[in-house]
Amino acid sequence: MRHGVARFVTGFLALPVALYLFYVVWPFAQAAGYSLTDWGGYSDSQRFVGLDNYVRLFSDELIRKAFWHNVFFLVTVPLFTIALALFLAFLLNVGGREDRAGIRGVFGSGIYKVIFFFPQVLSLVVIAVMWQQIYRTDGQGLINGLLIKIGLVDADNPIAFTADPEPFLGVPAVLWWLLFIAVWSGAGFYMVLFSAAMQSIPKDIYEAAILDGAGRFHTFFKVTLPLLRDSISVAWVYLGFIALDMYALVFVMTPSQGGPNHASEIFASVIQFNAFQKGQFGYACAIAVALAIFTILLAALQLRITRRERIEF
Amino acid sequence: MSVTPEKFGDVSRRTLLQRAAAAGLLAVPAAGLLSACAGSEPSKSDGGGAAKSKDNPFGVKDGSAVKVVVFNGGLGDQWAKEDKVIFNAKHPNITVNMSSTQKIKTEEQPKMATQPSDLVMNSGADMMDRSTLINEGAIEPLDDLLTAPAWDSEGTVADSLLPGTVADGTQNGKFYVVNVAYTVWGNWYNAALFKKEGWTAPTTWDEFFALAPKIKAKGMAPYVHDAVHGYYPRWALFASIWKAVGKQAVVDIDNLKDGAWKADGIVAALEPWEKLVKDKLLLPGKLDHTQSQQAFLDGKAAFIQVGTWLKNEMAATIPPGFEMTISDYWSKSGDKAAKDVFASSGEGFVVPSKAPNKEAAKEFLRAILSKAGSAKFAELTKSLASTKGSGDNVQDTALASANSLMKNGSSDLISVKFPDFYADLDKESQNLSEELMAGRLTAQQFVDKMQAAADKVAKDSSIKKQTRTA
Repeated sequence: MRHGVARFVTGFLALPVALYLFYVVWPFAQAAGYSLTDWGGYSDSQRFVGLDNYVRLFSDELIRKAFWHNVFFLVTVPLFTIALALFLAFLLNVGGREDRAGIRGVFGSGIYKVIFFFPQVLSLVVIAVMWQQIYRTDGQGLINGLLIKIGLVDADNPIAFTADPEPFLGVPAVLWWLLFIAVWSGAGFYMVLFSAAMQSIPKDIYEAAILDGAGRFHTFFKVTLPLLRDSISVAWVYLGFIALDMYALVFVMTPSQGGPNHASEIFASVIQFNAFQKGQFGYACAIAVALAIFTILLAALQLRITRRERIEF
Repeated sequence: MSVTPEKFGDVSRRTLLQRAAAAGLLAVPAAGLLSACAGSEPSKSDGGGAAKSKDNPFGVKDGSAVKVVVFNGGLGDQWAKEDKVIFNAKHPNITVNMSSTQKIKTEEQPKMATQPSDLVMNSGADMMDRSTLINEGAIEPLDDLLTAPAWDSEGTVADSLLPGTVADGTQNGKFYVVNVAYTVWGNWYNAALFKKEGWTAPTTWDEFFALAPKIKAKGMAPYVHDAVHGYYPRWALFASIWKAVGKQAVVDIDNLKDGAWKADGIVAALEPWEKLVKDKLLLPGKLDHTQSQQAFLDGKAAFIQVGTWLKNEMAATIPPGFEMTISDYWSKSGDKAAKDVFASSGEGFVVPSKAPNKEAAKEFLRAILSKAGSAKFAELTKSLASTKGSGDNVQDTALASANSLMKNGSSDLISVKFPDFYADLDKESQNLSEELMAGRLTAQQFVDKMQAAADKVAKDSSIKKQTRTA
């Protein structure tokens, strides 16, 4: 019957694999192919230019700018999101009062979980549009309005948020404001992820730690964190991908999609500009291929660094 | 899997779609060839042939029918129904089959090679690419419409049109596209407020800078603009450059001529804008177009610079008693072309080459461009029509002021072409315009950076160069 099983399995897999090859793998290959041409995107003619597009890529000032902006997000988005998510998850699961028996979260943790998770159910574009109102740059904005009322901000000089290219700690302010939204919208999901992981840690480990006199601080750093290593590592890779994208926020929220004056330019916005505004599809594909290679290398590196022996419980 | 490769795949799927669309375009002339092989006569017309007269210059045959397709967008389609009434008053025995849609390309392109409508308003997001239509011979040159007598006024149709309308519809030396609407750009103010305060609307920068402190004293900001979309302030900056230095300087800029930005007077033309920012005459905040327009309506700022669509765009929130009035961009003493107005025509009609009743289509265009038809257009849409004097009898301050602005202006219109020619320079000029308006660049720095950006495009061999002649 071995033969019959193989045929059965093949029969089921053939169609999905074919669809996947045609709609996912083939376009990848096509884009790689276009990246070696000077195709404009609208005509039927294209000239093979070899690696010219890739050579050009390295001397493109805009791409260099976009690269460093993406690197900024690559470092900060996972760092702040994971830190905040871990903090919240810890409070909601094991951070409750210590004076009673048992391990529990802070009072009302069920409600907090729903609230923190809420941004995750909204589309990123909806989030961006909503934050546009919060970040509004005059007295009618939520933040500006409040700060002007209590006198912390001068009404003649309100916070410009995503229209502010002035550097803060060497990075344009607009990127910090976008980072804030990315962390706010991402933390809830990773909080739930870490909560699930924390709940699978046996309670007796915590009880043993408490009996030994460990406080919240020590339980977190000596018990919880080491046992969450796998989840955090996965979260880091996912957030890395998000950091290399950031397209929706930049596209909806910044002036001239990457502005002001290129202060929030990222890979995706440069690709979009070259492909759809400038009509240089070949070059845009080359940037996209370079970005894909960069992403894959980064993910591989990340997973390799964090690979350790697992603890089974 | 990851977000990034998905995006990467997305681009590819789009290229796939675009190739399919390109293939579809190629199929259009092919279909034409096929039908030509089948022996049909592509430009045969069955609506003409009647005696030609002043009231029927194209010889439209009584009893024929004409199919008109109207784009039903921001301007609505009621004005076109009024044109039908005007048309039928003169030609009661010609049936007008009018339909309106927002999907011009989706519905009309497939018919272009076989049995198209007689008259199509090619407008909106789903419009047919104009250059493609002309290059493939899919639409008819309408030069005889221009020389035909006007419907209800002296002279020819061409005489009755606002300046620029013929040039805007001309390509390769022939007139193809009949634009029926007209947009004017300038500084808007609330005439009722100015009357109440006893202020006179300035026409020059000096008058504005003299008035500004009085406006500030009332707790208003003198000026506001869209600080998010760079092409808004760019209109204003180029109006100043054109007025100060004249048309040739802007043509040189469009043609990427060596040192075009360094021409005498360009920096001086932009200095009032630098002063406007430095003197803190702008409303605080980086508002986008609707936010800034609402701030203007709320009386937070005395002036806003934008085009004549303002009235329609903000119709829902205009406070009662607000007399929205447009005035020309301010000039300064010594300007070479102070009277030139920033304006252009739009919303174009085309007649397909294979239309069965081209004569009636042209006759219908004559009705649309008539005094009566254009007046109805202006009255119903609150926008100027491309026919002269369309706003003469309309009781609307916005329209009347745009109308008089056009009447007082010279016949040369301010226009800038390089943003359509070069995407890089388009983006760069938008960015730098906002930087200048944010006070992060001086006029001199702006000009230097624009020159550098233009030089970069001029040197880039991967960018196809274009030339502006007029």
